[in-house]
Amino acid sequence: MLGRRKVEVLLQEALMRSGADETEIVLLAAEEALTRFANNTIHQNVAETNGEVAVRVVVGKRLGSAITNRLDPEAIAQAIAWAEAAARLAPEVPDFPGLAEPLPVDPVMAFDDAVAALGPEDRAREVREALRIAESSGAIAAGALSARVEEVAVVNSKGVFCYHAGTRVRFSTVAHREDGSGYAERAAWRWDALDIPSLARSAVERAVRAQNPRAVAPGVYPVVLDPYAVRDVVSWLGHAGAGALAVQEGRSWMNGRIGTRVLSEHVTLWDDGRDTAGIPLPFDFEGVPRQRVGIVERGVPQGPVYDTVTAAREGKRSTGHALPRAWPEAASLGPLPAHLFLAPGEATLEQLLRALDRGLYITRFWYTRLVHPRDCVVTGMTRDGVFWVEGGEITYPVRDLRFTQGYVQALAAVRQVGRETWLLSDGRFGSDRVPALFLEAFTFTGTTES
Amino acid sequence: MDELIARALNAAQLRGATYADVRVVETTRQSLLVRNGTVQGIAQTEDVGFGVRVVVDGAWGFASSHRMELAEAERVAEQAVRIARASALAKREDVDLGPPVVQRGSYRTPVEIDPFTVPLETKLDLLLRADAEMRRIRGVTTTEAEMVFLRQRKTFASTEGSYVTQEIIESGCGIEATAVRAGEVQRRSYPNSVGRHQQTRGWEFILEQDLVANAPRIAEEAVALLRADPCPDTVTTVILGGAQVALQIHESCGHAIELDRVFGTEAAYAGTSFLTPDKLGRFRYGSEVVNIVADATVPGGLGTFGWDDEGVPAQRVDIVREGLFVGYLTDRETARRLWRLLGSSPDVPGESNGAARAMSWNRIPLVRMTNINLLPGDWRLEDLIADTDEGILMDTNRSWSIDDRRLNFQFGCEIAWEIKRGRRTRLLRNPIYTGITPEFWRSCDAVCNADHWVLWGTPNCGKGEPGQIAHTGHGAAPARFRNVRVFGRR
Repeated sequence: MLGRRKVEVLLQEALMRSGADETEIVLLAAEEALTRFANNTIHQNVAETNGEVAVRVVVGKRLGSAITNRLDPEAIAQAIAWAEAAARLAPEVPDFPGLAEPLPVDPVMAFDDAVAALGPEDRAREVREALRIAESSGAIAAGALSARVEEVAVVNSKGVFCYHAGTRVRFSTVAHREDGSGYAERAAWRWDALDIPSLARSAVERAVRAQNPRAVAPGVYPVVLDPYAVRDVVSWLGHAGAGALAVQEGRSWMNGRIGTRVLSEHVTLWDDGRDTAGIPLPFDFEGVPRQRVGIVERGVPQGPVYDTVTAAREGKRSTGHALPRAWPEAASLGPLPAHLFLAPGEATLEQLLRALDRGLYITRFWYTRLVHPRDCVVTGMTRDGVFWVEGGEITYPVRDLRFTQGYVQALAAVRQVGRETWLLSDGRFGSDRVPALFLEAFTFTGTTES
Repeated sequence: MDELIARALNAAQLRGATYADVRVVETTRQSLLVRNGTVQGIAQTEDVGFGVRVVVDGAWGFASSHRMELAEAERVAEQAVRIARASALAKREDVDLGPPVVQRGSYRTPVEIDPFTVPLETKLDLLLRADAEMRRIRGVTTTEAEMVFLRQRKTFASTEGSYVTQEIIESGCGIEATAVRAGEVQRRSYPNSVGRHQQTRGWEFILEQDLVANAPRIAEEAVALLRADPCPDTVTTVILGGAQVALQIHESCGHAIELDRVFGTEAAYAGTSFLTPDKLGRFRYGSEVVNIVADATVPGGLGTFGWDDEGVPAQRVDIVREGLFVGYLTDRETARRLWRLLGSSPDVPGESNGAARAMSWNRIPLVRMTNINLLPGDWRLEDLIADTDEGILMDTNRSWSIDDRRLNFQFGCEIAWEIKRGRRTRLLRNPIYTGITPEFWRSCDAVCNADHWVLWGTPNCGKGEPGQIAHTGHGAAPARFRNVRVFGRR
């Protein structure tokens, strides 16, 4: 780790070398290790030390950027010089509102010394225990255990300086038996929040239960979705339409629906980068403090999240959801929610299943892609455990199904919500905390026949 | 750099590594994005670092760092050894890499014009003109034009005696127009969707794409699609444009022939494959007109190089020969394992065919696609359409999804036209087709000729944990498929 003091000195000194009208520097540094297993053995085991600074400069209303992972003052000065030269060539961006003004950012404690201290032997022992659990049930396990220590800092010439150090761990596993598989996954920023043996047992139990699946015809069925599948729904709603740029350009599922009940009243969704029940990052990549933003309140879309550019267009203030703006791709994506929470309900998983007279219990979605932005129509497959439920009881496993479904319509059909929420994360930043859901209708369009 | 490499290899061996390799990778990426008439991004990214991969006690360890210092080289090598010893705590069998690979030499992408010598002003001017041409069309709501240039310098050295250096150069570009009206959103892209088309070539590649001349057509099509009829729900003949055939190859062949997936090492993430070893040389993957090769030697492909990231020379190998499945993509370890499993044969040489590729210094090589090419057939596209009594012509991918064994796929395209009595007729919006891989490729009865064949670039192929993005190539021409399930937006 570099540490707050060293980061501040490095970035402030770099700032002083800039001749641009305004300058912003974002630092992302991480120590990350991952132990990967398959066929009941560790087959990949890696570690990485990396850090980069992303520089954005403003000359008048002209912008240029440069990124380097060499963290010495000379390299950063070279990056600034390149960005300045590029900015001077670019035409003006007429509606550029300037870099973010400094605002107080309350720190959030999300650093666990136990995660930082994890060594390869610790990870190997955890994985070995997960493999022992799989082997003892005749299953073959694959998956990964990762641990990350990260530092994020933003500084700009208007006086912004924010620094956050955090940790994260994640374990995922698929247990395979002859004719079916089971999945388990969880993320956390605290090591003691991750119960790997319990997750391994959960995957194995599902694999045992998934043997000899039967074919079910495509069609519209009521479903209970495990949080793994719910996370996919929530994530797509966030990425394909809960950012202000998508709404401003008319390509969001929210367009024409803000303030109108279009989802079930059981659906309340918000983004909160400060909540330690997620994996927090208390400011965005412009150095703006993250706000809790209500995206859907009891089925009613409330509006998107903003960065400084999209907020200025509407005379609003940023909600603290900017991506690193030096990334060229960020201009197309706009601001995005990265810490989504779907409000839990009252029901246990057993109660959700009992409410299902005839339908499907879905563990996980796989390879989902946006088919059409309006209604957030998504296609994908089920994977690692699908079960037919009849009279509130799981009766037999089912072969994987393809679905093509508007996620807006899916969430309009929510009838009950689980009370337990799981923290899931697969990206570099952010996390989602979601419960299981009972949906009255979900559209399946195909099956796999090999 | 040589001293850093020597120090790392030496440190690894002193601490017990029976094999070690070091990769130093230095990448410069320049990207320019124009959006709605304004320059949204001009950025240059520099990324440098090294990774040390070792075998200790018969198990793998890998560590990497961006700090290019001698002391760091020793620390990272030590860390890799410690990680390998930890891996050995949960080991079933020793790593078997087969015979040593000893390669020495250098390779550079042959370019006519180094894109990093072209002034930024020239690049911006071209993008701004293309963007302006799209925005001239009434009804267009969002426009984007982008370019990407990449230079990657790699040095690979191993304790077996390999030492190779490479400089890979890529150029990519694309434009995109979006039109929105009354709840309908339509996008058209050129030359390819999801960002851009890209090759291992120089500035000449950008000029050949002629973005400015194609911009009005793309914008007009986006607007026209708003009022087009929806694609019908039916089973019919489908002709796919070359870019869509390329993605079809990528998803349903390229990933399915990765031997690490076949052996289960991607089971938890990217998935496995239906092409199990018992099918090698026996399984009818496609019709007799389907001939697919993995070719890392073809000029211009994003999977073209001198050596892979284990130091194995670039090769061309048969994958599907007249419809029969005959080959996998392999690295040293999987090639050896297949050989132990099946015994030696012309299709199972027991040595890697050079498909081990890593995203950068901070990732280990995995079995990744090189250029997976569908060889051209005999047809001219006009003749193929004329020969089709009834069907749908689809082009340019919009959405892609396939199951974890690479069987059940569903692809959406940006645009389609109905074919009636051998003629392209009305425009259709939101076209989607779906199928099962071998059934689909067995239904292929025509592939267009070399005049239509393009080596498409796919710069966004994801695999592995931690995640890696690979750049792969796919040579393809338009092709015809019978009895395909199609439908519109649901």
